[in-house]
Amino acid sequence: MATEQEVHHIAELADVGINTEELSTFTHQFNAILDYFDVLDRVKGDTAGTRDLCNVMREDIPEPSLPREAVLQNAAATEDGFIKAPRVM
Amino acid sequence: MDGQVIVGLEVHCQLDTKSKLFCGCSTDYRSDGPNTHVCPVCLGLPGSMPVLNRRSIEYAMRVAKALNCSVLEESEFSRKNYFYPDLDKAYQITQYDKPLAEGGYLEIEGDEGGEKRIRITRIHVEEDPGRLVHMGTAERGRYSLVDYNRAGIPLIEIVSEPDMRSPKEARKFLNKLRATLEYLSVFDSEKEGSLRVDANISIRGSERVEVKNITSYKGVEKALTFEVTRQKNLLRRGQKVERETRHFLEARGITQSSRSKEQEHDYRYFPEPDLRPLHVHSWLQDIELPELPDARRERFITQYGCSLNHARTLTGDLRLANFYETVVSPDPVTLATLADTWISDTLIGELNYRNMNIDAVDPAAFTGLLGLLRMGVITDKSGTEVLRVMLDQHKNHQPCEKPAVIVERLNLRKVSATNIGDTAADISAKSGVEPDLSIQSNPIVTAITEVLTEHPGAVDDFMKGKKGAFNFLVGQVMKKTRGCADPGEVNRLLAEELNKEGA
Amino acid sequence: MEAHTLTFEPDDRYNAFLTTCTKAPHGEGPLCGVTVAVKDNISTQGIETTCASKILKGYIPPYNAHVVWLLRQSGAAIVGKTNMDEFGMGTTTENSAFGPTLNPRDTGRVPGGSSGGSAAAIAGGMVRMALGTDTGGSIRCPAAFCGIVGMKPTYGRVSRYGLIAYANSLEQIGPMAQNVSDVSTLMGVIAGYDRRDSTLQDRPYTHTPSADIKGLRIGIPKEYFGAGVDPAVAGAVTKAIGRLEELGATTLPCSIPSMEYALAAYYVTCTCEASSNLARFDGVRYGPAADTKKSWHDAFREVRRAGFGTEVRRRIMLGTFALSSGYYGKYYAKAQIARENVKKDFARIFSDVDVLAGPTMPTIAFKLGEKSDPLAMYLTDILTVPVNLAGIPAISVPCGKVEGMPVGLQIMGRPWEDERVIDVAYAYEQAVS
Ligand SMILES: [Zn+2]
Repeated sequence: MATEQEVHHIAELADVGINTEELSTFTHQFNAILDYFDVLDRVKGDTAGTRDLCNVMREDIPEPSLPREAVLQNAAATEDGFIKAPRVM
Repeated sequence: MDGQVIVGLEVHCQLDTKSKLFCGCSTDYRSDGPNTHVCPVCLGLPGSMPVLNRRSIEYAMRVAKALNCSVLEESEFSRKNYFYPDLDKAYQITQYDKPLAEGGYLEIEGDEGGEKRIRITRIHVEEDPGRLVHMGTAERGRYSLVDYNRAGIPLIEIVSEPDMRSPKEARKFLNKLRATLEYLSVFDSEKEGSLRVDANISIRGSERVEVKNITSYKGVEKALTFEVTRQKNLLRRGQKVERETRHFLEARGITQSSRSKEQEHDYRYFPEPDLRPLHVHSWLQDIELPELPDARRERFITQYGCSLNHARTLTGDLRLANFYETVVSPDPVTLATLADTWISDTLIGELNYRNMNIDAVDPAAFTGLLGLLRMGVITDKSGTEVLRVMLDQHKNHQPCEKPAVIVERLNLRKVSATNIGDTAADISAKSGVEPDLSIQSNPIVTAITEVLTEHPGAVDDFMKGKKGAFNFLVGQVMKKTRGCADPGEVNRLLAEELNKEGA
Repeated sequence: MEAHTLTFEPDDRYNAFLTTCTKAPHGEGPLCGVTVAVKDNISTQGIETTCASKILKGYIPPYNAHVVWLLRQSGAAIVGKTNMDEFGMGTTTENSAFGPTLNPRDTGRVPGGSSGGSAAAIAGGMVRMALGTDTGGSIRCPAAFCGIVGMKPTYGRVSRYGLIAYANSLEQIGPMAQNVSDVSTLMGVIAGYDRRDSTLQDRPYTHTPSADIKGLRIGIPKEYFGAGVDPAVAGAVTKAIGRLEELGATTLPCSIPSMEYALAAYYVTCTCEASSNLARFDGVRYGPAADTKKSWHDAFREVRRAGFGTEVRRRIMLGTFALSSGYYGKYYAKAQIARENVKKDFARIFSDVDVLAGPTMPTIAFKLGEKSDPLAMYLTDILTVPVNLAGIPAISVPCGKVEGMPVGLQIMGRPWEDERVIDVAYAYEQAVS
């Protein structure tokens, strides 16, 4: 059973934001879904022997990168070839 | 053993591959502008998918073998989820519960002398994030600028057990590790930002502190020494060391507590669904390791007669060891010992003083310099002067002269009564002036005569039995001959002259 | 190469398209001049690709998905990008940030989802073929609801490079069309090796459908006809299976016990992967701008709150929760074991039968707005998700009507036996047309 506080914490961790009206609806729906997920408690077994495909690798050969215009084309703000982002400090 | 310092390191090194870990972008980005070595994969564009670089795994396995680790039957990549603008996908592809290798060791010279084993916990491969430039001031950041050129460069993370007992041992571990990685040809320590270290440090009986953001070899010892002092001071005052993460501020040489928010990370690791697991254990048997630092050190001792300390110094750096062997190669029997001393004692000091590295020195030129020294053409003091000129010319991007040319240009040939003829002939050949071959023109004798005239007091003191006066007079003669005179010769001739005076 | 131009000006009454290419260039090749619509979560160089989300509004990919490159090589005319549930998260195409798509068979109903735009574009006669993506039924469900054919290939048969990931370990790009023949043709274009997708295997598709199914053994899993399945739908499907028997196939009852928890395992897996996949949408490298005057955390949260729809935020939160410290073992780890059990169940059954048959969806298309409770919506995926968990191929082919709405017959096959699945659907289609 997740409390509104926990759901709020998860919204913070996921950085998706949540307002007070949403919080109670989300919590209610969350709990219904988590209750349903409890069926997994009955699962027995292991995941051994599931790997059919392994060691998929490429050779260390450089290939052309994108032109810088293409790298920056979708960025909202750029400066001297850098992409601008909010401050982190 | 309360009060003992306990240190463990997590070392991140960039693997020296040609392309990035999960895409074909070139890793040779340092001289290019921001965001010029970027593709949909390393920019984290929606829909792009990683493909693993085989060589990065081969390199990491070489390291695993050299550090005596066991490679897991199955390893896999996981996502480490956290938000930061330099992290293009908002997760870092790394290895978590199934790393490439576990359980090895590296031997270092312990503080108590003798070899000491530092255990290796694990080795894993991961991608480097991009680079952030913070705009504004530290107190008030305005915004950040992001360059993704570094994003996706392959890193190897080597985690040690907390087996080091001092900042000095930590530095030795790091130096040995660097040497080992370079011997394996998987790492280039000369590349800026190619190494980053997080250190765990505690005083036995107290909480552990993690110091992040150490980006140089010297920084490790500095950061840890600062922490030892800080933690010991806290304890002395009866305070507690708090379990926390601190950042090393390289420029100020201090560590600073990180904000609490960062300590609440919940990385939500899970296997990277776009990559397949690795079953590479069997590759180990095909990996042939090159000669590693320890083996080379022993060989230097037996083959060249190096002292243990010099052998350790020379082989502790791949370039230095290669330089030594190139220098002595024309005539190992006669050059080995001379080269050993000159490189270990003189050259390294001169390089460090100038903040230069061994690549600045042409081995053939250095062999030439040693030849001049061995044949007695120049004194040790002049040898040092020639070396300085060579290094300065390189540093100032001037044309590099051969040692013999420098000797002649600066007139540094050893001056003595016996080889004066040669010197005079050489000088005349250069200047066109006919040499005066009379014994009076011996510059040492001339200098001695002058010194004795100028310093009658010192001569008196010598006559009265003051030993120091003799040394003073030798110094004055050396000064007059600008160091070109052989000190042995000066000693002999001065003693003769004084005997004459006393008689 | 693309010497021709096809004029495409559809009367899109169903809101099937998010972007149309009025002058669609195309070259020569096996699909020369064939109109193909592409789901909007598949990257198209130079053409806006939004996943029906505000957070990608204005995003123009600088590269093509591998399948798009293959389509262009084949001479196909890519005429537009189709509507979908935001990031593929839905069963109705009502979760699009740009309005729902309507079902051409009954505009009061949903077309199914999440590839509802692709299905409606075909059912509405606007294009001949379309690409969809199927994470838990997103091709087969709208195919069933709109009365067309849609196939989810074996996991690893079609390159996902350029497909904007929702749940990487479950999803595949697949063909959709009016008939099995066209689905097979499109499959031939998109299947095969691409070194940029590490989960891909080199299994090209060169098959021509054959209607001969004599001696074919068909398993009938009882769970596909049990509680929650509309009896009328079950009846239509049973009748269709009867036609297959008439064509020389034999049927065997069987059971998939792991279906008890398959849906939970599916939702845990897809929300976990989604929570990580969708974290990169921060308004820095692409998408609506993050406010660089704000602090990183505030700006980022604001962009995501405004950019993601409710269902997307709900699934991101569910996945974040299921992966968070202390819950990984209870949810994600258990879901992977459950998934393994589903695979084992299929493997066991496939040692006795060649294919499985059942309804694609438990009901006919819902009315618009009918399903408002998220869990109730999730439960409608029960018959399609086992295929994604096991990575096997499956197709939905129309098999009659209930209340005037199409019903889908779902054929599931062994891994890499996409050809056989196509043949069974083809045999049925030929028999009833
Ligand atoms: Zn790249």
